[in-house]
Amino acid sequence: MSEQPPFLRRPGTVLGLRYAVALALTLFFVFPVYWLFIISFKTPEEIFAFPPVWYPKSIQFANYRALFKGGDAVTVWNSLVLAGVSTVIAMVLGTMAAYSLVRFKTGGENLAVWIISQRMMPPIAIAFPIFLLYVFFGWVDSYHGLIILYTAFSLPYVIWMMRGYIEDLPLELEESALVDGCTRWEVLWKVVFPMVRSGLFATAVFTFVFAWNDFLFALVLTRTEVITYTVQVTHYFGGQSNFWAKIAAMSVLGTIPVFFAVATLQRYLVRGISMGAVKG
Amino acid sequence: MADLKITSLHKHYGGVQAVRGIDLEVASGEFTVLVGPSGCGKSTLLRTIAGLETPDGGTIEIGGKVVNYVRPRDRDIAMVFQNYALYPYMNVFENIAFGLRARKTPAAEIESRVRRAADMLGITPLLERLPRQLSGGQRQRVAIGRAIVRNARLFLFDEPLSNLDAQLRDEMRSEIKRLHQELGTTMIYVTHDQIEAMTLADRIVLLRDGKIEQAGSPLDLYERPATRFVAGFLGSPQMNFIPAQVTQIGGGGWAVKLAEGGNLVLPRARDGLAEGRLIVLGLRPQYITRANGADKPGHQRIGVTVELVQPTGSRAYITFPLGGVATVAELDSHAVQKPGEHIDLDLDMSRAVLIDPETNRVI
Repeated sequence: MSEQPPFLRRPGTVLGLRYAVALALTLFFVFPVYWLFIISFKTPEEIFAFPPVWYPKSIQFANYRALFKGGDAVTVWNSLVLAGVSTVIAMVLGTMAAYSLVRFKTGGENLAVWIISQRMMPPIAIAFPIFLLYVFFGWVDSYHGLIILYTAFSLPYVIWMMRGYIEDLPLELEESALVDGCTRWEVLWKVVFPMVRSGLFATAVFTFVFAWNDFLFALVLTRTEVITYTVQVTHYFGGQSNFWAKIAAMSVLGTIPVFFAVATLQRYLVRGISMGAVKG
Repeated sequence: MADLKITSLHKHYGGVQAVRGIDLEVASGEFTVLVGPSGCGKSTLLRTIAGLETPDGGTIEIGGKVVNYVRPRDRDIAMVFQNYALYPYMNVFENIAFGLRARKTPAAEIESRVRRAADMLGITPLLERLPRQLSGGQRQRVAIGRAIVRNARLFLFDEPLSNLDAQLRDEMRSEIKRLHQELGTTMIYVTHDQIEAMTLADRIVLLRDGKIEQAGSPLDLYERPATRFVAGFLGSPQMNFIPAQVTQIGGGGWAVKLAEGGNLVLPRARDGLAEGRLIVLGLRPQYITRANGADKPGHQRIGVTVELVQPTGSRAYITFPLGGVATVAELDSHAVQKPGEHIDLDLDMSRAVLIDPETNRVI
């Protein structure tokens, strides 16, 4: 190995270089987010100014006020309801299904693989058939229509993830609870859930984010009533001009719930993700 | 009345017959140990009693009631598992109280029963700790506490000491024995360790290939084994098995002739002895002693050359050739110094067992 150049041998130099690289990378990745946030607080003149206005003279909320006054902000609420409800349903059903797969070998050895294979299908492949089906049922532009769809799409993922977490649980814990006086439901509630709590939260966050970020199905299956924020953003791209202020403000509104979800559950998220990864 | 009665119990997993027609009765207050090598069906039998497995045939009665399809929680049993099965997110108090809470016991009673069990097991200072803050022995005490706090009719132990180191195992073994004496409850204990079986049991049930090979008091099995398997499984070092031939000697007496030609006189006659019959002579290492003074009745004196000496402290295992096989004797450590020594030994032939080499049953 060749000798280190003299300047690298000075104490602290390597550490300093590492910080410099880390800072440069962080700036590179954070800048678009910063730019989005800052646009949402700018006046139209500032948005189109050249040279660019790196930070606005005064923070003004006119863009957000416009979203709330015009009723556009309700689309964030729609996204929240659709993603939240479908996540809860998928987590409840998926965890029970996973428990059944693991403990009762429901469907034999291969059912779990078959279930996760459903997730491999590109959504666009079924968008049109689903649309026709939904038109037939009269489910287009309804909460329950999208909730059912998001739940169905999330279930394979939830089942697969929860199956892994439950498989790692020592069977003796459950058997001990059964002997001690618990029913199967109580075992699930008092033993399995607390033991896989981190995994539950981690899976729930990913499931929520999937539904939250969905654009394709929301675009195809909604009209005016249940528009989600992802679809609403596209409404601001016009033929003649783009409403950058609204695009930015709506995008910020759409980022906040996910940001809070991840921030509050970060502890569980990290543990949950590593729970499946590090097997004893 | 028997606390547990099992009648022609069968259990299989796929094509494997784990339990094959077991009949067993356990009297109230009895400490029964199910022992046998790996795969003999002892754990399956215990799990079937607990209701964690459903039998394929036969019946299980607990307290006079057939419980084949009764849920584990309704069988009035408590069970201690090999891996402790403590809930990692609950402290020791909550772990012990778990079964009582599941049965909606009043809070004041939970408190007093948990405290009493903790006192009994010497774990009161640990009540606030989490399982991960405990040593293996302490964890097993908590697991036992969780079982005794329930006041169940039947206590089941599934190899509870297997995960502990040797010293702790000895300690916990005495603890369990003491507990049984104090509580007087019916206990069924599974182990593959014959020392545990011998020291703990009122009655040993020795299993092999899903069937009971022999059941009885520890001494009964030790001194009067029914088969070669039982004779070899119990006792350490293992019983010596020496091929020999029955021969008649003067005065209507019988002896066994060894491969090298010497005769060992049998002090008492048995059924089925006939001139020239091939047998296996079973002799425990403990029934071979260093010859000392005059001949003892029922003993046979032989001269041997020591091949191997294994001191264990106060005792030493010495190996010497007899009847063409390496034979072990357990002697006082000072009785033999080194290999190559010529010594005289007394074989206690009154305790020898004769085994039919074809059926492997004791004659």
